[in-house]
Amino acid sequence: MRLRLTVPVELFAIGLAFLLGMLVLFLTGYPPFSALWALFRGAFGTRNAIGQTLTQATPILFTSLAFLLAFRSGIFNIGIEGQFLIGAFTAALFGISFRGLPFPLHAILALFSGGFGGAVYALFPALLKVYLGAHEVITTMMLSYVALYLTSYFVNYPLKAPGWVAQTELVAPSARLPRILPPTQLSLAFPIALGLAFLVLWFLERTVPGFSIRAVGANPEASENRGISVRKYQILAFVLSGFIAGVGGGGEILGVHGRFVDGFSPGYGWDGIAVSLVGRLHPLGCIFASLLFGMLRAGGMTMTRVTKVPLDLSLIIQALVILLVAAPVLIEQLLTRRRKPQKSEV
Amino acid sequence: MVVLSVRGLTKRFGEVVANDHIDLDVEEGEIHGLLGENGAGKSVLSSCIYGLYRPDEGRIFLRGHEVHIASPFDAIRLGIGMVHQHLTLVPHLRVWENIVLGREPRRGLRVDRVRAFAEVERLLEETGFRLDLAKNAGELPIGVQQRVEILKVLFRGAEILILDEPTAVLTPQEVDQLIETLHRLKAQGKTILFISHKLREIFALCDRVTVLRRGKKVGTLPVSSATPQMLAEMMVGRKVFFEFPRERLAKEEVLFELSHVFTDPPGVPLQDVSLKVHAGEILGIAGVEGNGQSELAEVVVGLRKPKKGKVIFRGRDVTAIPPKGRILQGMAHIPEDHHRRGVILDFSVKENLLLGFETEPPFRKGRMTLDFARIRDFARQKIQEFGIVTPSEDTPLRFLSGGNQQKVVVARELAFHPLFVLACQPTRGLDVAATEYLRHILLGVKREGKGVLLISADLDEVRALSDRVLVMYEGRIAGELSPESDEYQFGLLMGGKVLHEA
Repeated sequence: MRLRLTVPVELFAIGLAFLLGMLVLFLTGYPPFSALWALFRGAFGTRNAIGQTLTQATPILFTSLAFLLAFRSGIFNIGIEGQFLIGAFTAALFGISFRGLPFPLHAILALFSGGFGGAVYALFPALLKVYLGAHEVITTMMLSYVALYLTSYFVNYPLKAPGWVAQTELVAPSARLPRILPPTQLSLAFPIALGLAFLVLWFLERTVPGFSIRAVGANPEASENRGISVRKYQILAFVLSGFIAGVGGGGEILGVHGRFVDGFSPGYGWDGIAVSLVGRLHPLGCIFASLLFGMLRAGGMTMTRVTKVPLDLSLIIQALVILLVAAPVLIEQLLTRRRKPQKSEV
Repeated sequence: MVVLSVRGLTKRFGEVVANDHIDLDVEEGEIHGLLGENGAGKSVLSSCIYGLYRPDEGRIFLRGHEVHIASPFDAIRLGIGMVHQHLTLVPHLRVWENIVLGREPRRGLRVDRVRAFAEVERLLEETGFRLDLAKNAGELPIGVQQRVEILKVLFRGAEILILDEPTAVLTPQEVDQLIETLHRLKAQGKTILFISHKLREIFALCDRVTVLRRGKKVGTLPVSSATPQMLAEMMVGRKVFFEFPRERLAKEEVLFELSHVFTDPPGVPLQDVSLKVHAGEILGIAGVEGNGQSELAEVVVGLRKPKKGKVIFRGRDVTAIPPKGRILQGMAHIPEDHHRRGVILDFSVKENLLLGFETEPPFRKGRMTLDFARIRDFARQKIQEFGIVTPSEDTPLRFLSGGNQQKVVVARELAFHPLFVLACQPTRGLDVAATEYLRHILLGVKREGKGVLLISADLDEVRALSDRVLVMYEGRIAGELSPESDEYQFGLLMGGKVLHEA
């Protein structure tokens, strides 16, 4: 499938989500316009606000790209949260150890080690799926919880830094991704994610493995008939998906927190699925969708602080966006996959 | 007496005139064929009669009175029922529940299940259908499901039945059963409008036939006074060749060989299958579907590994070589059911032409990246060479007609001059012109001194094209016949199973 972007309907749906969110505010007795104004100011109003929005967009851009890549091969990788956490954890470990490596090298290797951790963590469900037929939705979801509790155990016990908080030591300064818009937390991870989106687009559209991955996802039987191995390319897509998720986790640690803090992810991996669908499973769509979600998160926090409107408004809008944009995409995709190819007419 | 009459019916979709001032008269109690190529406007016409589309112009009369059919509800109320090509049963409901669905006998607000069942049973008695009413609809073979669809329509009191290409989804045996069913309904006084692009069915079934071409009516005539040649010409608008000159070109050289091949389930196990395809020869495989033909095809292309036996291509043992390797060595495959196995509907024409060749040097630059300028040129050249009708090489294949989709498959498979072509049911679902085209292509391949293995359930096709014919029965080669052998001999070899059942 040519990855195509149909913008107007989505914009309309997003506008509708905002309107409905304001209606909820109005009905519950809050001032809808000033709340929305505060939300926008908190998202774009100042340099800091913009930094916050982009910072919030970064991890979900990574995870949405991860979801998209696997989805294109016909794999429903909903365990991105797990791969994201494992990636974050391995990147933190790499950043803490190997002190003495010079700056760019240490950071780059740490980021890659995060990707590697995520890739390995995705390899298990990939092999289980391809060789034993274990459905990836079950295995990846389970493995997400394994990752959550495993990393939590490590930072609570063996690797806990002195102090009250369950977290590791700080990574070496040479492993940190530089901040690019001080004093906000925005780091080099954001441009990396942006570049990655274009890289994924190029990969899917212009390379042999990308073409094969799309073919396998769109019609496994015809692909097999033409000598394209479904197993091989589903494993590849799965592992690459895990790699991207892992790099995203690493970027969050090396760019924002500087250490692995227990529970630092509010579910970036899960959000990535929704962001990916709102972005119509297109890499560039993912950029817009992650910015939208980043804006809602960053703006929502400001809105709560300035007005007395609870943060729930931005969550309601998020949920409405997902409902109005993502759910139809998902349903359509799943239906065309299940349905036998239909007779088509000119 | 004319029961249904259409005058000047016109339906436009934007610029396209799907039906252009069509007149149609259907007599009471007849089976009236509506014949035309894909896209001739048959389905649009019947959809207008059934109230699915509103015609832009024209009038419809029922028993002499003008009627306005705004929706299928109106049509059903007027006694017009339609059976669609794609079945619409609820798989998890029982047969009788499917039949009454939407028109359940009620007691108060509740469905009166006892009465519903009794009413369906009475309908079966009246119409002489035999069915297990208690089964789930989803468990039934397609042919039986279609009978349930017909019953559904009868249950709603239809006197006029419209069947939209009902045979497209059926196996040949199921087609025979359908024809029998429709004859019985006619004997009970029902009127049937039967839509098809297959001449054989028109001759087996219809009393009169109306031919459409490109949205216009070409004519109506009694089937008894028509010949296949005549109808085909009316449909296509030019002379059509059914008979091909048979040329003996086979050489000594064996291109492709299966030697004592055995396979395991799933599927029909092949048992000691041996065959040889010579250069310049079309070897046909005839047989009732489901006797191991699909499994045979999978062994030939490398999707299924034989348990015993060898696959030999150009004198080399390729048994262990996967599909890709065989393609690169010069084997091509026109698969059966090209929607599922031949093309990717969501991919563009260009990408479908590339499928399987994406790793090959002409289309690559560097190790991993695709050379889209080259691919585009290649696609444009193939579109022209094979006369593929498409707005551009970037159009998703979904938007092409079935015949043009099949042309994309053929263009791709023949692109790199294969030495051996496996063609499985290559013309199933194609209209007359596309069928004729495809047969010419296969004969051309043969004339170039290459080998063709033709697997088809259409005995006429196998006999028209092949130099030799093998008949498959229950996973074995039952025997070899010359294509000139009479139908009775073929029947004996093919029919073992059918004889058992009868």
